[in-house]
Amino acid sequence: MSQRIPVTELTGGFRDRAEVALADGQLRTNFRTAMDSLMKKRADAFPDEDEREGLRELGNRIKARALSRLPDLLEQLETKLTENGVKVHWAETTEQANEIVHGIIRARQGSQVVKGKSMVSEEMEMNDYLAERGVECLESDMGEYIVQLDGEKPSHIIMPAIHKNRRQVSKLFHDKLGVEETDDVNELIQVGRRTLRRKFMEADVGVSGVNFAIAETGTLLLVENEGNGRMSTTAPPVHVAVTGIEKVVENLRDVVPLLSLLTRSALGQPITTYVNMISGPRKADELDGPEEVHLVLLDNGRSGAFADAQMRQTLNCIRCGACMNHCPVYTRVGGHTYGEVYPGPIGKIVTPHMVGLHQVPDHPSASSLCGACGDVCPVKIPIPELLQRLRQENVKSPAEGPKVKDGGAKYSRKERLIWRFWQTLNSSPVLYRLFLWGATRFRKLTPKHVGPWTENHTAPVPAKRSLHDLAREHLAREHLARNGGQ
Amino acid sequence: MSARSNILNKLRTGLAGSIPRPDDFDERLVTEPWQYAPEDRITRLRNLMEAVHTEIHQVHSDNWPDKVAAILAERNLSNLLHAPATAHGQKLAEYWPKSGSSAQLLAYDRPVEEWKEELFWQVDASLTGTVGAIAATGSLVLWPDRHEPRLMSLLPPLHIALLKASEIEDNLYAMMQRQNWSAGLPTNLLLVSGPSKTADIEQVLAYGAHGPKELVVLILEDA
Ligand code: SF4
Repeated sequence: MSQRIPVTELTGGFRDRAEVALADGQLRTNFRTAMDSLMKKRADAFPDEDEREGLRELGNRIKARALSRLPDLLEQLETKLTENGVKVHWAETTEQANEIVHGIIRARQGSQVVKGKSMVSEEMEMNDYLAERGVECLESDMGEYIVQLDGEKPSHIIMPAIHKNRRQVSKLFHDKLGVEETDDVNELIQVGRRTLRRKFMEADVGVSGVNFAIAETGTLLLVENEGNGRMSTTAPPVHVAVTGIEKVVENLRDVVPLLSLLTRSALGQPITTYVNMISGPRKADELDGPEEVHLVLLDNGRSGAFADAQMRQTLNCIRCGACMNHCPVYTRVGGHTYGEVYPGPIGKIVTPHMVGLHQVPDHPSASSLCGACGDVCPVKIPIPELLQRLRQENVKSPAEGPKVKDGGAKYSRKERLIWRFWQTLNSSPVLYRLFLWGATRFRKLTPKHVGPWTENHTAPVPAKRSLHDLAREHLAREHLARNGGQ
Repeated sequence: MSARSNILNKLRTGLAGSIPRPDDFDERLVTEPWQYAPEDRITRLRNLMEAVHTEIHQVHSDNWPDKVAAILAERNLSNLLHAPATAHGQKLAEYWPKSGSSAQLLAYDRPVEEWKEELFWQVDASLTGTVGAIAATGSLVLWPDRHEPRLMSLLPPLHIALLKASEIEDNLYAMMQRQNWSAGLPTNLLLVSGPSKTADIEQVLAYGAHGPKELVVLILEDA
């Protein structure tokens, strides 16, 4: 392996970033190695195909049932949590959610926050928001911590620092924390453990995400391997959980299959080291746990996806990351190329509802539609189908009224006319023959440069004779031969 | 209009004219593949937990404190945190002076705020009970309460957990049903399936990320 430590800054749009990422050998090696191993782990965790398919079907039905009663379940969740002593907040936008979190911190005169892994807080860019207001917000998941220390964003929703190798981490710790460089992963982790333990002890507020919110019992369920989630939700005097409104499920028993699907699809583990089920703040006579627990329910475009019955399926997602691990595009360009909080296939279908399709116009087409993502998705989201739908929304004219937030960004009258011409050409036999006759006769006149195609390929030149011609001739010859033999 | 009503209204509009999906939860899918003969449960649990670096000993209800003393001695640890108001905590406290162990017995008997620094940095090991275990996934079930607080199983680098063999269930679903979880949960119910770990650097597995570096389970075969 090369000794090079890439410092690739990915800027520009998806296409520019992809080009840079594709040329970064180290980055590609890091991703290829990681994704191959994650795919194998998942496959090993589901040795029985019937069992797996039965469970995926059940997972899909549970999510569909929860979504079909979403407003009622959210109200039930709120009632139950309130009974349990948890304060529930609602936010339509990330700005509102940040204000709520900041308000809670301010009320406690807090200045230090530790955070367990939470993709929703990434959506909110909570770290930056709080930092601007004098609150230090430290990531405590090892991967997130590494990424934050380097001023980066996560490149995978489960494995945030997967784009880095141990030498890069060692150098980072050396530069930022002043520790000796080492190639020993265990030692690197112990550096993180010591640094963060002090922070857990001192923090005023702990922030976490939520994997499943259970309406029946008013319970927040979190999965993790490290113990940082338990630390963030147990050690500081206040715990704030932030989550999307789609995370609610109806019954406690519903989490049994979902949990199994989640950990097996994500990491190939039968279960994570910790499953942390929180149903309230510290009771009067208890000796530890936070005195206050808050839940912030964030919409941020989810209700927009919900409004469309097809797009609603996006909200089935349990954030396992399997679609990324199996995506040939993601594996090659890496997470940062997407330039958004959620990369890979799930990012492509969820981001447009959050930031608008015009912000991510290239995302739906950055797919070969090979179907791997849909095949592995534990809750059976038909991702390729949704990508095709987004492609259509992307090119709708204003008159056609795109249904997805800020759709139609790629609409072009010229393109539309060309397709219309193409359609007419191919549906009229007379025109088609005429066109073929011309194209073969004047083949030398076809342009040498045809858009991005010719950046990497030679321009297509029609053959001397069309297939129709050749076939006709061939059939005529056969006919002659048969007749001649008689 | 509040954010709450805006969100709920939008969702209700989205659902207009549709009917809720029926609850067709098929419990066989989460139970049938995960059933074991009673004598196989311990084996299954051991295999899964040992695969993720858990140390397991099968002991008896009259001699388990010996094992605890031996585990501490092997590692040269200087103290052990216990929960004095629990039955197992009492048993340990009674036995300890006789054990000859040089490790000091600490009690979690005051709020965390009063001894945070010590609890975070100076406790070597802890002993807690469990309310059972799950064979299918190799998980202990912990039900922390005022007598046995949450941080006991999280802060010390070594966590020793007591498990009664008779309380091992086949799978999570069976456990929920038998203990009737939906009727009421504690502040923080936990499933623990090994020592703390991470694979965040190059997917290389490292134990002792933020929680215990070692988990030792004592299975009481006669309980
Ligand atoms: S879309 Fe499916 S596969 Fe992708 S993260 Fe969500 S649940 Fe997992």
